[in-house]
Amino acid sequence: MTVVLKVEKISKQYRLGEVSRKSFIEDVKKIWYKILKKDNPFLNIGEENDKSKISDCNYVWSLRDISFELNKGDVLGVIGLNGAGKSTLLKILSRVTAPTLGSIKANGRIASLLEVGTGFHPELTGKENIFLNGAILGMKKNEINEKLNEIVEFAGIEKYIDTPVKRYSSGMYVRLAFAVAAHLESDILIVDEVLAVGDADFQKKCLGKLKEISNENGRTILFVSHNIAAIQQLCNKGILLENGKLIFSGDIKEVVSHYTESHKIETQTKLSEIIKRSGTKELVFTDFFLIDTNSNEKLLFIVSGQDVTFRFILNKCSKETFKSVFFGIGINDNYENRIIHLDNDLIGVNFENINNIEYVDFIVPNLSLVEGFYSLAIICKVNLEISDWIQLGVGFEVQNGDYYKTGKSIDKTAGKVYLPFNIKLKTNEI
Amino acid sequence: MKNENEKKWSTIIRPKTQLIDINLYEIWEYKDLVMIFVRRDIVSMNKQTVLGPLWFFLGPLFTVFTYVLVFSEIANISTDNIPAPLFYLGGTILWNYFSACFNGTSSTFLTNASIFGKVYFPRLVVPISLIISNLIKFFIQLLLFLLFWSYYYLNGLIKPNSLILSLPLLILLMGGIALGIGILISALTTKYRDLTYFISFGITLLMYATPVIYPMDSIPNKFRWLLEINPIAPIIETFRFGFTGSGSFSYISLLYSFIFMVIILFFFFFFFNKTEKTFMDTV
Repeated sequence: MTVVLKVEKISKQYRLGEVSRKSFIEDVKKIWYKILKKDNPFLNIGEENDKSKISDCNYVWSLRDISFELNKGDVLGVIGLNGAGKSTLLKILSRVTAPTLGSIKANGRIASLLEVGTGFHPELTGKENIFLNGAILGMKKNEINEKLNEIVEFAGIEKYIDTPVKRYSSGMYVRLAFAVAAHLESDILIVDEVLAVGDADFQKKCLGKLKEISNENGRTILFVSHNIAAIQQLCNKGILLENGKLIFSGDIKEVVSHYTESHKIETQTKLSEIIKRSGTKELVFTDFFLIDTNSNEKLLFIVSGQDVTFRFILNKCSKETFKSVFFGIGINDNYENRIIHLDNDLIGVNFENINNIEYVDFIVPNLSLVEGFYSLAIICKVNLEISDWIQLGVGFEVQNGDYYKTGKSIDKTAGKVYLPFNIKLKTNEI
Repeated sequence: MKNENEKKWSTIIRPKTQLIDINLYEIWEYKDLVMIFVRRDIVSMNKQTVLGPLWFFLGPLFTVFTYVLVFSEIANISTDNIPAPLFYLGGTILWNYFSACFNGTSSTFLTNASIFGKVYFPRLVVPISLIISNLIKFFIQLLLFLLFWSYYYLNGLIKPNSLILSLPLLILLMGGIALGIGILISALTTKYRDLTYFISFGITLLMYATPVIYPMDSIPNKFRWLLEINPIAPIIETFRFGFTGSGSFSYISLLYSFIFMVIILFFFFFFFNKTEKTFMDTV
């Protein structure tokens, strides 16, 4: 095993706030300390990158002491919540910005794919842009020439190759851009969230291409994505970042399970902490879990077509016996459109004379939502009076799945829900 | 991993580098990118125009026409016994070369922030290719100048001399100074934009402090020092003197321009280095 990438104690400090006279004075101070050969006073301050806390310290460590090593052929998945420092790490690795402290040693060419279509010029034709983009990514002219046909074929734009890219549809644009990058000959490839663009088919194609790159050509890949399924599929190693620190590294399975664990704790604390709620508070929601109905395991996200249980942990704050209780949930999509409403009345279930309550389960077989992010509005009534009502509460993610058991799925732009259906064709027989 | 320390790493990323650390080999590796950038600049310059590359000629011709009309015919400023169109054309194409290089390089970091923010390549590639594409534009326009020049020469109106041969040096000086000042300003404006307000009016001011539309001799003595501290002035004067035989020329002022270029390029490397690594955080 040869080490091709060695990251040693990388840290990155950012200054918050506006660039103004105040920052200018600080800059002058830094230069002054440098002239006096003293240590930079601002390196000793700065705190953990926790966005929820307001502090008067203007410096934060976006990354702190990150170290890891990669062997040839490793595919590393970088996991973390938004703002954990993933993109900063990739930016430093791809030399877009320099670290504040620490060093990175690499063997071989590093190519980064932080964005598709970097440097595309709208006036130039597809072919000219292949050369331009390829050269920006570090390819030589003859290398590009060799791969030109392959690139055009992968992108599927043979017909438009001599048309300026400003006339391209956005899909064609993205396909061409990814095609160039995917055919790049580099020893270490850095990929950031590029799979978020394009339709499902194209995403699958991209993922397949990345897999091929690592398996067949033995190249090292660093991959950042929020799509846990894609990461599990592609990577063999993983690191988990939180608030700029490396909190776990190792085999991808362990990292993912560690992530889902810690992620769960996060949602756990959320429901009871929501302040914007109304009602008499005799009975309140304290927690929310997604559970796989069949295996009874907690889930981080749901897949379309899965049998899922929405479990709400409850806390009974009064000692009386409740004559009647009512539970309802509403599911909103990303644009705050109510998609689904469920309550116990609808299906004729009544809860009467209730004394001890632990939790309530909404059991949904064959979940019919398409992929996307959803938020939950939840309500419970005690004796027909609203006891706890959270209009904007927790959310959950649904990922593309196999609802119809045919291997096909609806694109999120094409529809919002799945419906069981059948199709028949009547033909006239002559 | 015993031989870890002896192992040769091909890339090392560190926060700080030496004062001047420009990897020329790396730039050479990216020569294809330079050529593609140059091509992109030249090709996209005249896209979607009917007259296409003719605009390379029409631009300076219009300028010269205006100058002849305003400065020569109306304001009666002397052109030092040189035919007015030739006088202005020479000054204009040289000045255009300088100001295009300067304007381009002075916004290197700001205009390319989106590319620089996404992918690494030696940042110097951008200003270098800019200088080259402007050089090509300059040579195309020089053809126009030579056309006028040979017409006047064949009619015996001008007396060129051997200083014509200094043209490559003049081009080098122009490009070097434009690159140096341009990048200096570019590096200084990534964080604090104050200087950008200064540029557009500064470049106009500099043009009037350069003998583009008047001959050096016509300047009253009390203002002469202004032209003498301007490193661009001797370049244009030498060009004019070499091609037409009239005007002033001194080795000392040309040497001054040269030293100026060397010093400014030194600062250029220093600032470029410093900015290149971290400008993404401040831009």
